[in-house]
Amino acid sequence: MVGPFDTARALRDAIMSRQMSAEDACRVALDRIERANGRLHAFHSVDGDRALARARALDAAGAITGPLHGIPIALKDNIAVTGAVTTAGSRILENYVSPFNATVVDKLERAGAVIVGKTICDEFAMGSSTENSAFGPSRNPWDTGRAPGGSSGGSAVAVASGMTPLALGSDTGGSIRQPAAFCGIVGIKPTYGRVSRYGLLAYASSLDQIGPFARSVADAALCLEVIGGQDSRDATAGSAPVPAFSEGLTGNMDGVRIGVPRHLLTDGVDSDVRTAFEAGVQTLERLGAKVIDIELPHARFAIPAYYLVATAEASSNLARYDGVRYGFRAADAGTLEEMYDRTRDRGFGAEVKRRIMLGTYVLSAGYYDAYYLKALQVRTLIRQDYQQAFERVDAVAVPTTPTPAFRLGERTEDPLQMYLADVFTVSAPLSGLPAISVPCGFTPEKLPVGLQLTGRAWDEMTLLRVADAFERATEWTKQHPPV
Amino acid sequence: MALTLGPDDARRIATLARIELTTDEVDLFARQLGDILNYVDELRALDTTGVEPTSHPLLAGPVWRADELVPSLDRDTLLQGAPGASPRVGLFKVPKVL
Repeated sequence: MVGPFDTARALRDAIMSRQMSAEDACRVALDRIERANGRLHAFHSVDGDRALARARALDAAGAITGPLHGIPIALKDNIAVTGAVTTAGSRILENYVSPFNATVVDKLERAGAVIVGKTICDEFAMGSSTENSAFGPSRNPWDTGRAPGGSSGGSAVAVASGMTPLALGSDTGGSIRQPAAFCGIVGIKPTYGRVSRYGLLAYASSLDQIGPFARSVADAALCLEVIGGQDSRDATAGSAPVPAFSEGLTGNMDGVRIGVPRHLLTDGVDSDVRTAFEAGVQTLERLGAKVIDIELPHARFAIPAYYLVATAEASSNLARYDGVRYGFRAADAGTLEEMYDRTRDRGFGAEVKRRIMLGTYVLSAGYYDAYYLKALQVRTLIRQDYQQAFERVDAVAVPTTPTPAFRLGERTEDPLQMYLADVFTVSAPLSGLPAISVPCGFTPEKLPVGLQLTGRAWDEMTLLRVADAFERATEWTKQHPPV
Repeated sequence: MALTLGPDDARRIATLARIELTTDEVDLFARQLGDILNYVDELRALDTTGVEPTSHPLLAGPVWRADELVPSLDRDTLLQGAPGASPRVGLFKVPKVL
């Protein structure tokens, strides 16, 4: 019998051995969404008819299409799907229907996956709670008064609450790893260039990466090997071959060297989070890893560097939303300039306007060297810290977030406080490195805690292998929220 | 020294960013952007003389495809998504410029 919390691999095996059809799997997902989405608001749009038609076509074809044959999957709503509304959580794209597929969508469909809908996210992926969505927020299934994290919060909720076994998110400063930690599931931000960004609505092009959410490391590995690889439509998608990640999960981490930058575990880290993290590190050690103290001297400068780089790139990327070629247009403007200005004031939410303005300012004449160029230099120093660390260790472990999921509404009045919570997640994208968040425990209030491992460029395999061995030795991913 | 942004600064930045702010937004953003700029100012404590900037993390440089024509999206389909368009002549429409 297949239930909503079965893994993608279990579902796939059941479908391949004809114990169930792709249509059955799709109905399980749609039923679950029907029952739980009203409360959790993971999905912004669900196209059940389209998903069922696709599942039936897979069943009718008879043959197995690929490694995700019949697996229902949710997509963050900043990933373009032909003929589907793609809003990126913004009013400015409320009615935008994409005329093309993102490359990851083509790859998923070639592998046999069934897309069931698009999930709630912070507007243009700018946020840590989904509260910046024009259509949000999503709710954390472990405590519906709390944020699921963001910006890919809806995707994390869909997977954590058993609506779909897999979902895609995008990560610019932590937008996959932080909601994965808050919702008690696995999330990986691949190496910059591992996954094509074609069809991902851009926030910060030198940082953005698409990656999977899953309820097991093995499922995340399977999904990543499907979506990864070179793409003639994205010159930043690297030519490195994509390893068969799901076949390299040996369950063994003997001799893997894991660096822990304990100097970063300051008073700002919640004591329950620290307790769960330290217990996780002890488990890694017990399983055969060598735990080594390391220092990342420039890590404390990562948040200011990140918010300068990301907003500068955003101010340029979001210039395209001008009311001319697609999306919303303010109707009452007399001149072209008024149309631009009013369209953007009414179409964008407050956080997007703040970030565009900050990015515009730090790129403007007289401020470029002091802010933007300075941040790029600090980015070099942060990368060099990791290069030096990776001479001694194979992965770096920190808590994914300094606190468990915070209450909805708690941080919306003070954007800077919201930014400071990204302390452990912004360094990996600044350095282009892969990082995974895997559940490592719960607080006494039963809120999940995530352990993050950052690895060498292109070495997702080590992260997945260690995280999988850790998962096998613990019970955290087998616990499900009370929904 | 604390850096402050006034309403005129916020208006100037908004003009550069092509966003028409309401009066409430001008005051709010001036304060919030001032807070953020004060915070990021801690980077100044770091001596970065001679450090090369990293503008992107591409490890092996961009990967080019062969420079050959490939089909692109259909013009009529794209115009359908526009808030103002004249599909007959194949143009986007905007308010009068002249």
